[in-house]
Order: sequence, then structure tokens, then C-alpha cells
Amino acid sequence: MAKVVAVTGNEACANALRQVNPDVCGIYPITPQTDMMQRYASYISDGKVKTEPILVESEHSSMSACIGASAAGGRVITATSSQGLALMWEMLHIASGDRLPIIMPVVNRALSAPLNIHGDHSDAMGCRDTGWIQIWSENAQEAYDNTIQAFRVGEHMDIRLPVMVCMDGFIISHSIERMEYLEDAEVQNFVGEFQNLYPLLDLDKPKSYGPLILTDLYHEYKRAQHEVMLKVKNVVLDVAKDFEKMSGRKYGLFETYRLEDADIALVILNSAAGTSKDVVDDFRSRGIKAGLLKPRLFRPFPYEEIAEALKNTKAVCVMDRSDSFGGYGPLFMEISSALYQLQQKPALINKIYGLGGRDYLPSHGELVFNELNEIAKSGKINIIKEYIGVRE
Amino acid sequence: MKQKGWKDLVPGSVILEGGSAVKFKTGSWRAYRPVWKEENCIQCLFCWIYCPDMSIKVKDGKRGEFDYDYCKGCGICALECPGKKGVKAIVMIEEGT
Ligand code: SF4
Ligand code: SF4
Repeated sequence: MAKVVAVTGNEACANALRQVNPDVCGIYPITPQTDMMQRYASYISDGKVKTEPILVESEHSSMSACIGASAAGGRVITATSSQGLALMWEMLHIASGDRLPIIMPVVNRALSAPLNIHGDHSDAMGCRDTGWIQIWSENAQEAYDNTIQAFRVGEHMDIRLPVMVCMDGFIISHSIERMEYLEDAEVQNFVGEFQNLYPLLDLDKPKSYGPLILTDLYHEYKRAQHEVMLKVKNVVLDVAKDFEKMSGRKYGLFETYRLEDADIALVILNSAAGTSKDVVDDFRSRGIKAGLLKPRLFRPFPYEEIAEALKNTKAVCVMDRSDSFGGYGPLFMEISSALYQLQQKPALINKIYGLGGRDYLPSHGELVFNELNEIAKSGKINIIKEYIGVRE
Repeated sequence: MKQKGWKDLVPGSVILEGGSAVKFKTGSWRAYRPVWKEENCIQCLFCWIYCPDMSIKVKDGKRGEFDYDYCKGCGICALECPGKKGVKAIVMIEEGT
């Protein structure tokens, strides 16, 4: 039976991890994630989980410890944000290259400099090419549900890849929301017993991780890694189906909101999608066919499915809460690539919003929808990439 | 030998057997070759202890020849060798000379 609670995103994720009760957890604090691992450390000291904590001196070491523990044959977790994720960077590639299903909530936060502790997506977007699966979450409920599903996706025998579960720093990690917890037994049953693939601690079958592979085979290994990523979409959908049976909550590769017959649409990740849905409703009530698409699986990116969902729109704005300086926003680049394959494509613009935790307000969404409405009528785009909510 | 294609690989490039380094003949890396001068050898076995590639063969407690299949020519043995009365029992010579 579901239990209704009022908790923060961090608390919800820590509870999801407790319910899974993994073998090893690499722990290092960083705002705004700290509170999640602090809660998890309390579960350990209170004897509520049997997890072995590894307290390290940096996130680089935390990911290194996770890699060792995962190769040894354990179910392994950690969590991080921002600079911490950036410091893990080289180890992220090793975790995915070694095909180790480490599960890591990422509480999205801006990157220095200037120093900023608030929520934007620069950290996770910065490591989109590290070979990790990325699942994004709008609110505490989704962060909780995605964390539980991440174990089944990453640990699937056809996949064996690490997974990041992203949620917005402070906006979600520190705000209290109403949500539903599953029973411990339900979660345990859903994720199942951890299955090893090539455990180092199976001493009767010695093996080596991380060999030197040069020009003779490296290219082939990377090709194989891409192939595994291509299998992820189906696994994500299968796991979501099972999850829906248990929880009643439905998940896909992305969420669409009033998009079916929409002329104009926003593509937007995480918490700001919630705010934007209200704006969609407002435009709909005025007879304007507005809609929204919120990506959930960002790596691997579901190009064909998203193109299909957007193909009947006239104008689309991709909203990026991170930037590629001198380039378009990272989400825009993906949507643009997805739409390019269509014969008839909507006009496409890009807005950068909410950097360093700058509030995203319904009025911002309204401005964008008004502009999209003009573009849909005239077919004319003035500026492709612009910043919104920025002072002149 | 037919080389492996990308569909034939073990996930995560894990090597699923022990002691597989024996298949990798590091001797081809060598630019300098250690040469044993038995007449100066005092059988201290320092070279055997220090060699990172187990390329000093020992039989019945006695130092034997180098294993040139694996000796990388690092020169550690030559550096550590005390020799007899200061005269080294291992000298490094350039390969191909
Ligand atoms: S040169 Fe280096 S590798 Fe070769 S035998 Fe001496 S110590 Fe071993
Ligand atoms: S270190 Fe020199 S003296 Fe000692 S056993 Fe080896 S070759 Fe002989």
C-alpha cells in the first residue's frame, strides 16, 4: 500500500536508496546533494541498511571506490552535484567503459566560476558523453520513482551500464512536496536480488578489469558500447511498464502534455516543465493550441520518438537550463538533430533560462508561447538563440 | 589470425582468465638488452627480486639466463646488480649492435 508523505527530493531519493539497500555506498558531501547522503549515512548508523559506507576525500575517489566495489561484484550507489560531478569526470568514463551498473542521483547545480550553489543543468549536461544513462525528473515523486527504476535498467543483463538520475538542486532537492512512497517489500521485490556479471571477488575465476587496448580493438569496444545504449530504450519502457503495474504511475521515454494537436510547443526538462504546464493550460483556455514535451531519458536520446511526437507542430522552443557558450543549448542541439530527419519540420528556437537557479516564472513561459504563436503564423524566426529572464 | 569484430567482445573489456599476461610478449619493447656475465655473478639474486617482469630465470636456487621473451630492457637489474668486487655481472647493450 502506498504511503502518502510530505518530503523533500533529497529525502525521497535517500529513502528509495534505503529501500533498495545496496551493498556499498561512496559518500562525499556537496551542496545541494549533501543532505541525501547524510540521511543515507544515518540509515547506515541506525542499522536500517546493511550498506558498507566508503567515506572518501573527494568525488574522484568516491567514483573510484564505487568502480572498485562494483567490479568486485556489489550493488553500488553514490550521489553528487555540480563540481563533484565535474571532479568525477574521468572516472565516469571508466564506470561506463567497464560496464558497471552504479546508480547515482545527481542533484543538478550550476558550475563555477562564478561560484553558485543553485540549480541548473550544466553539471549533468557536461557529462552527457561519458557513456552513462541519464534519466531526468520533474519533482520529488519522479526522482524517487526514477531512482528505483534505475536499478532495473542499469543492472539489466543486456545493459550493465551506470545510471544518473537527475533532479533540480534546491527547487526539488530542498522543497517539501506531497508524494507517495512504496512499501519496502514492494521495492525490494521490484529491484530483485543483485545479479553479478564478472565479479572480481569470485576468486575461483580470476579476471582483470581495465586492460590496455590500443589501435587494434579500442574502436571496436566503443562501437559495442554504442550498441548497448541502443538497447536501453526498450529496457526503460519494459521497466516502466512493470513499475506502473506496481505503483499506478506511468513513465515513458518522455512525457507529452497536451501535445497531440498542438501548434506550438515547449521542450523543457525537469522542474520548470511543471511551471510550464500551467502556462500551457492558460493558453489552451484562450483557444491557443499550446503543448509541451518533457524529455525523461536524455542518454540514450530517443531521437525518432521525439521527432514523431513533435512532427505536427508549427513552432517549437527548446528551453535550456544550461549553455554551450558559442553554441546552442545542449537540449536544443538534440531536438534540432531529431527534427532534421523530418521532411516537414516545425520552426525551432532556443531559449536559455534559469542559469544558476534564476527563477523560471510563468510569465517567461507566456512570453515564449506568444513568440511561438507569431512564428507559427508568419513562419519567420528573428533570433534563434536568446536568453530569457536576463537583465539588460 | 582473424581479428575480433565488435560483436565478439567481452562487455567492459574484462579479461576472463588469470595469468593472461604470459600471452603478451613484452620483449618486443626492448631497446637495450641486459647481458649476464656469469664470471662476475655472486648469486645474490637481487636481479631476480627487482625484475618487474620475472625475466630472470632461477633454477635450483641458482641464477640462470634472461627470459628475452618478456624482458623489456628497463635496466633495473643492471643498476641493482652488485657484481663481484664492483664489477657488474649485468651490462646493458643496445639492441641490434
Ligand atoms: S632489464 Fe628489466 S625487464 Fe629485463 S631482466 Fe633486467 S630488470 Fe628484468
Ligand atoms: S644481481 Fe648480479 S650478482 Fe646478483 S645474481 Fe643477479 S647477476 Fe648475479
